[in-house]
Amino acid sequence: MTSTSHRTAEEIGRTERGPRPVPELGEQRAAADLSHVDTVLANGLRVLAVRKATVPLVEVRLWIPFAGDDELHPATAEVLAETLLTGTAKRDRVAIDTELALIGGEIGVGVDPERLSFNGNALASGLPTLLDVFADVLTGASYVDAEVARESERLVERLAVARTQPRTIAREALQKHRYGSHPATREVPHAEDIVKVTPEGVRALHAASVLPRGATMVIVGDIDPEKVVGDIERAFSGWGTNGSVKVLAPLPELTGGDVLFVPRPGAVQSQIRLSAQAVPRTDPRYAALQITNFVFGGYFSSRLVENIREDKGYTYGAHSGFEFTGASAVVNVDADTASDVTAAALLETRYELGKLGLVPPTESEVESARQYAIGSLVTSTASQTGLAGQLTALASTGLGLDWVAAHPERLAAVTVDDVAQAALDFFAPGRFTGVVVGDAEKLGPKLTALGGVTVGEPS
Amino acid sequence: MAAPDLTRYTLDNGLRVVLAPDPTAPVVGVSVHYDVGFRSEPEGRTGFAHLFEHLMFQGSESLEKLAHFRYVQSSGGTFNGSTHPDYTDYFEVLPAAALERALFLEADRMRAPKLTAENLANQIDVVKEEIRLNVLNRPYGGFPWILLPPVLYKTFPNAHNGYGDFTDLEQASLEDCAAFFDTYYAPANAVLTVAGDFTVDNARELIERHFGDVPARPKPPRPSFAEPPPAGELRGEQLDPHAPLPALAVGYRMPDPINDLDGYLANLVLGGVLGDGDGARLQQRLVHREPLVTDLGAGAGLFGPFEARDPDVFTITAIHAPEVEPDRILGALDEELEKLAAAPPDEQELARVTARWAAGLHSEHDRLVSRTLAFGSFELLYDDPALVATLADRIAAVTSDDVAAAAKALRPDSRAVLVVKPEQEGK
Repeated sequence: MTSTSHRTAEEIGRTERGPRPVPELGEQRAAADLSHVDTVLANGLRVLAVRKATVPLVEVRLWIPFAGDDELHPATAEVLAETLLTGTAKRDRVAIDTELALIGGEIGVGVDPERLSFNGNALASGLPTLLDVFADVLTGASYVDAEVARESERLVERLAVARTQPRTIAREALQKHRYGSHPATREVPHAEDIVKVTPEGVRALHAASVLPRGATMVIVGDIDPEKVVGDIERAFSGWGTNGSVKVLAPLPELTGGDVLFVPRPGAVQSQIRLSAQAVPRTDPRYAALQITNFVFGGYFSSRLVENIREDKGYTYGAHSGFEFTGASAVVNVDADTASDVTAAALLETRYELGKLGLVPPTESEVESARQYAIGSLVTSTASQTGLAGQLTALASTGLGLDWVAAHPERLAAVTVDDVAQAALDFFAPGRFTGVVVGDAEKLGPKLTALGGVTVGEPS
Repeated sequence: MAAPDLTRYTLDNGLRVVLAPDPTAPVVGVSVHYDVGFRSEPEGRTGFAHLFEHLMFQGSESLEKLAHFRYVQSSGGTFNGSTHPDYTDYFEVLPAAALERALFLEADRMRAPKLTAENLANQIDVVKEEIRLNVLNRPYGGFPWILLPPVLYKTFPNAHNGYGDFTDLEQASLEDCAAFFDTYYAPANAVLTVAGDFTVDNARELIERHFGDVPARPKPPRPSFAEPPPAGELRGEQLDPHAPLPALAVGYRMPDPINDLDGYLANLVLGGVLGDGDGARLQQRLVHREPLVTDLGAGAGLFGPFEARDPDVFTITAIHAPEVEPDRILGALDEELEKLAAAPPDEQELARVTARWAAGLHSEHDRLVSRTLAFGSFELLYDDPALVATLADRIAAVTSDDVAAAAKALRPDSRAVLVVKPEQEGK
């Protein structure tokens, strides 16, 4: 189509010399040890500081457990997160942004049913300013009426957009279906609740819950860890010592059950979301379970992806992975598929779940997943942002840099039998529940014919 | 970014090589950039460059279907590829021990990819699912990268949908694939980049061993995609079946990214002055003070800067409430641009933008995958991978007058305005 003379596809795929052997792997050098400090300040804040001076930057993560049972909590928390950086006694919204900008910095705030989270970064030379702004908003965010009103308005519009995203719709349905009315299900607040939020309510929530005792700060970058802990201690000395953070109530254990089919008229694609109980990183079986998950659907070279994408073309991406909440963990299996192949994709997914226990992963499948688990850990922690993210995720279960350093050994020790056992224990189809969201006219008859599927709205 | 220790050379078959050793972590990045993107697709074959990117993962003479993925991942590595207006890239990041294996995988598919009817049919299905996921089934799908170019541009290469229409995708044939490969995937039309933990001598030897006998083919002539800027304001409208709120995208033509880099960088700084952070001019006025819009963005390129040659587009996007007329937003935008043109921004305003750019570039290049890809794309587009390291200084050298001039050039009578309307108003 673009050149007048070219070879045929068959000629292109052949050379005179023929196929060549794939080179063996060379020798792997271990990652260098990183100097770090892991300590708890007098006000109860855990600080995990790591020197990683690859670029002259610093990454800061702050996680504050931030649960609440109040009906209005999700909406109030969302408004709080959106308004936290709009002013203090010392700085207004523009001043905060300007001071951060001048040190090449940013702070982002987000909230979910479990925690309030801050992502900050700046040029390393700007760390004193970054910590000063952090301390200022943590101790003195003012939530002036006009800012709360405006951010609430914007939130209502943003929530309208979020609620039309298929992944948001599917996530909300899955949460309700598997956890009923547990506070963890209230991830996206309702517009009618947002309008009820008052500045007083936001200030009261800040006073009661934006606290250091039980929270964790991770700081990674071109820093001296010993010195930085002192800097943080001084900068945060005025941050409250009374009371502790609010921790989310444990999630109920998943026991498996029917998949709920949630109709979405006119959808051109469906969301398949399955879920089963797993074990957290602190469990001795976790390393084996992690390898088992890769073999099933946790990376591209997995049974599920090779089946429903590369063999059958049902989906652009199928994936399985862990979700950690508090001290518990579940494994989730996700795929988005065209309406006319959704039922077939669900059938194949269940088939692969069953097969994993009955035709357990081979030596070569286990070896591949093991190398991937070790290699991707090295790669993902090679950057400041990657390491900061990894450590933040670990910190909520009390783990730290030592866990990262020792994990390759745990993965290396997993046997093929361990994986076979984990496949049977955790991936049996009967342990899963979940939802399918899609067009009822096209999907309904086929899905219900499969069995194990109920139709309706999540309770 | 510190000046990288770069080695550049060209193999006998024309393949350009960039080596950037860095021993700080025991990992390597390998990328191949081919000088063809979706602007080079022929009419009737929209989406072909991207579809072909998928096929390059489907096997080669030494590697069965799926083997590429398995070898990368079972070496502990990650991989991907992506299609841009003017280039297509393929990349892996792996433990350093897998360097030779990564080079082998890239060489094998550059030499002899296995293009089969079965894989083509399968990947057409997969790409259609990708389009359903990212465009058809979600609000604001393809906004603005698919929807704005047909309003701003008149010629097929610049205006068409780079993801492709289903009818075009379905008609793609093996014959098309063979012609596309032989034309555009010649070693002389590609750049190989290796960054990370390796020695130059060893890498040179491995590269010669695996790429040295990829047969040379002529480098295809690169057509100009130039077209005149709009002679008046162009308007387009799109109904979105999923969007709950209206949206607006404004597209302006920019200075030539390659031959007028400093003019282009002035536009990047202008984008920051207008849109980056609560203190930025349009954020303050349109989001917080008046307020007319919910969210706003301003910047260069359909997916970001430095991924296209001329012509490139400066975009301003906003999502807004139904009762706000697009012309009110455009009026406020024009006023802010006029203000900037008449009274250049002060030093602090520039300093905030340039400090954020410096930190952003450091952060991006701290990730090995981004650093590898940046060296490759700057070699391909600019013939100068070292530019990556001096960009922050070049951006810091942009003056207030440069930014004022850039603002003045964004004229209402030479732009495209795309209005996205919810199909079910009030839903």
